[in-house]
Amino acid sequence: MTAPRGAGIVGLFPALTVAAFLLPIVAGLAGTLLPAFGYLPAIGGNALGLDPWRRLIAYPGIATSVITSLSTGFAATLASLALAVAFCAIAHGRSWARRIGGFVAPVLSTPHAAIAIGVAFLIAPSGWIARAISPWLTEWTLPPDVATIGHRSGWPLVLCLVAKETPYLVLMMIGALHQVPARGHVMIARSLGYSSAEAWLKIVLPQIYPQIRLPIFAVLAFSLSVVDVALILGPGNPPPLAVLALRWFSDADIGYYFPAAAAASLQLLLVVFAIVAWRLAEPIVTSVARVWIVRGVRRGMATVSARAGFIVAIALFAGSIFAIAGMALWSIADAWRFPSALPTTWTLGNWSRELASLRAPVSATLLLATAATLIALVLALGCLENETRARHHIGTRALWLLYLPLLVPQIAFLFGTQVLLVKTGIDGTLAAVVWAHLVFVLPYVFLSLADPWRSLDSRYARTAASLGASPSRIFFRIRLPLLLGPVLIACAIGFAVSVGQYLPTVFAGNGRIATLTTDAVTLAGGADRRVIGTYALLQALLPMLVYVAAVTVPACRFARR
Amino acid sequence: MTRGRTELRFCALVLIALSFSVFAEDMPWNDIVAKARGQAVNFNAWAGDEKTNAFIAWVGTEVGQRYGIKLRQVKLRDTAEAVTRVVAEKAAGRDALGTVDLIWLNGPNFLALKAEHLLYGPFSAKLPNYRYVDTTHIRSNVVDFTIPLDGFASPWRRAQIVFVYDGARISDVPHSMAQLLAWAKRHPGRTTHPSVRNFLGATFLKQALYELAPDAQQLQEPATDANFAVQTAPLWVWYEQLRPLLWRHGEQFPDNGPAQRQLVNDGEIDMMISFSPAEAAVAQAAEQLPSSVRTVVFDGGTIGNTSFVAIPYNAAHKEGAMVVANFLLEPSTQARAQDYREMGAYTVLDVDALPHADRALFDALPRHPALPTSAELRTPLPEPHPSWMTGIAAQWERRYTK
Repeated sequence: MTAPRGAGIVGLFPALTVAAFLLPIVAGLAGTLLPAFGYLPAIGGNALGLDPWRRLIAYPGIATSVITSLSTGFAATLASLALAVAFCAIAHGRSWARRIGGFVAPVLSTPHAAIAIGVAFLIAPSGWIARAISPWLTEWTLPPDVATIGHRSGWPLVLCLVAKETPYLVLMMIGALHQVPARGHVMIARSLGYSSAEAWLKIVLPQIYPQIRLPIFAVLAFSLSVVDVALILGPGNPPPLAVLALRWFSDADIGYYFPAAAAASLQLLLVVFAIVAWRLAEPIVTSVARVWIVRGVRRGMATVSARAGFIVAIALFAGSIFAIAGMALWSIADAWRFPSALPTTWTLGNWSRELASLRAPVSATLLLATAATLIALVLALGCLENETRARHHIGTRALWLLYLPLLVPQIAFLFGTQVLLVKTGIDGTLAAVVWAHLVFVLPYVFLSLADPWRSLDSRYARTAASLGASPSRIFFRIRLPLLLGPVLIACAIGFAVSVGQYLPTVFAGNGRIATLTTDAVTLAGGADRRVIGTYALLQALLPMLVYVAAVTVPACRFARR
Repeated sequence: MTRGRTELRFCALVLIALSFSVFAEDMPWNDIVAKARGQAVNFNAWAGDEKTNAFIAWVGTEVGQRYGIKLRQVKLRDTAEAVTRVVAEKAAGRDALGTVDLIWLNGPNFLALKAEHLLYGPFSAKLPNYRYVDTTHIRSNVVDFTIPLDGFASPWRRAQIVFVYDGARISDVPHSMAQLLAWAKRHPGRTTHPSVRNFLGATFLKQALYELAPDAQQLQEPATDANFAVQTAPLWVWYEQLRPLLWRHGEQFPDNGPAQRQLVNDGEIDMMISFSPAEAAVAQAAEQLPSSVRTVVFDGGTIGNTSFVAIPYNAAHKEGAMVVANFLLEPSTQARAQDYREMGAYTVLDVDALPHADRALFDALPRHPALPTSAELRTPLPEPHPSWMTGIAAQWERRYTK
């Protein structure tokens, strides 16, 4: 069959979708790269040159900034990957593993900033952990003068990223498992004397790795260039490169635009370098691993290491839950000073006081997330429906395209995008922010919807067609209702992604559109923890409620039949 | 003939247009108030202090009821963000209908906008309540960091350096920067200052500069390479000794004042600099500091300044912004602002010159053991020229950012 007749409007969706998220990235990159070489006529940059780079290099802490970005980015990615692998190796085949998606949802859907704020309180020398063990165990009546948050090495930043990215990689691995006959392979290996974890590591992991490569790169790119978590937990003097770029972009002296653009471009280079380095290291790791696999050692260190990794992953997961719980407690605390393990006086006053100031960011958050998610859903459904009708799947290259917004550092193109938005006069409007969110929401919605969509039994549609149903009737009456569950989950994911956006909101909103996340990051700079608690808790709650709704609605609907 | 008539009519139109624009500049106050009705004013204000946010929200309700103005606080992490926005709008050619209507600023941010001619004005003298402003005793109300205001900003609150300490933990309270060093030697790790990129952190160094500079009078002049090196040399000697004795061995600093206050509340430090004489009282009322916290003003006097509201040249709602600026100067607004239960920002008005009923509002303000008396505060020292602050901050960054 050749190109289907009547593809009509549906045929336009792929082009529309690509335009929706590629345009801001490509134009944004140009808008950042030009000023990095001195060109931005609006503020007096008329000639191309290397001056912005010279100024970047002249910054006293630049080397440390770059090293911090690289070391924290790689450490976070390697640790997340190792823990996710260990977790999957141990969890494989257990009965509870099937419901893992439900378990990790609260951590996955909570914005990075909210977790970071919670982690900051957990690990501070005067934080919750220290309070819980003082003074009876530590004999501290005053908090010790040691650095945790903002430590030069950036380990708190790594810790928070690992806590947040490990569940993500676990989910991606579980998704990839569907494409591999893992169960059978593990069973055969076990009959040959391998432990279940060893079998998973030696046989399943090599098979699924190619499919989780892109998600790993997304984690790598994100960890290298994260801004909100780094603002809250990372070192400040000097900060990681992306934070340095943001600091210069918002400097009162507009001359700093140029080195800021250079820093943002360098950030892009770092990510490209990191991905290439990772890709080059893969064959080396593979050949080492092959020796290990071929040696055929049974009951070696692998099981023990996997178990240790599993325990660490669970501990981090529990830590994330405690991080959110700590903020929930602060939101109803009145006085809570070191070394009390719990608030000494309680109040609902924080909520009633903050109610007025919460209204605007909450409604903006809801509005943006709903709009971006719905648009993304329409575009993703349109593309998938077009794919079904045209009967060809997008290739690997198109998949890279989809991942582009997750691979290109935000700081590298958002500044350029802002210049464009200001030029067209739509900066600071809700529409501009919805668009900026869409760039990041769309890939997640599409990716989460694509697998269930493609694996839907095509015989339903064929039967309907043979009964005379039109393509659009088949779409609305057969495919959509059958896929209600995955559609709602995709919406919940899109919603959570939008709620968590910090930098896109700041740049496209031109500071005029405040969401829970932007306000929370602002407040995390030093405001009262009781106030931060209300923001962080709401940040965590909104996506979680949407997720719970997405899970329960189809369950109720199908239960009634 | 007809052609001549057309030309004449054209000229008349131009004249009318011109006189209209002149009229807009010199509009009587009543007309400004009338034009302000229905305007949505974007007030760009640093949002790191909840008390101030709540106060601005209250101002919003009041001007909404009285003048039909919809006041929106655009919450800033850093005032420089608003400056950047105005600059970006200028760069994009948006010379009218700008999105920033009112900015809370002073010091380098004010200087940056004024120097680039990005401010609307002069307008402060047009505000009916401006006549109550103390322009004689409080020099900082008319000269901001040695830069004359020329009516391009209207004062709304005052700040002066004090030190806040936990009286339950320390008894040997220092009374000067030199004594602070001796104190830190006895109690290493128990004090700090905000990051020098933050105005309060830079102010900590400026206060020390005042006390240590060979000729403090020089600080009123712009810093040059020659006098900068001479005047700041003792400062760096002192700071080299102090820094390792600070919290986290002087390798980390809280981002800003509120973050530093959180450290006192968490018991991580015992003493901190503050730019608000009422901070200790305000924070105790809000359970943000223990009730044992007290305030000390250094013996040699401390730096004080005024912060202002200014209107960008391209603001879409200049009339609304002016009405808000005027409301901020209302004696009852100023008295409420000074009440430590509300915001605790000292007034810019000459209280003694106020009408009796208005003065009574200030006399009736509640007292608190952590509030310094006006005798303790004395006359504030004027802010040095902004070049000193940028110079010190840059020098600090060169020395300690590695």
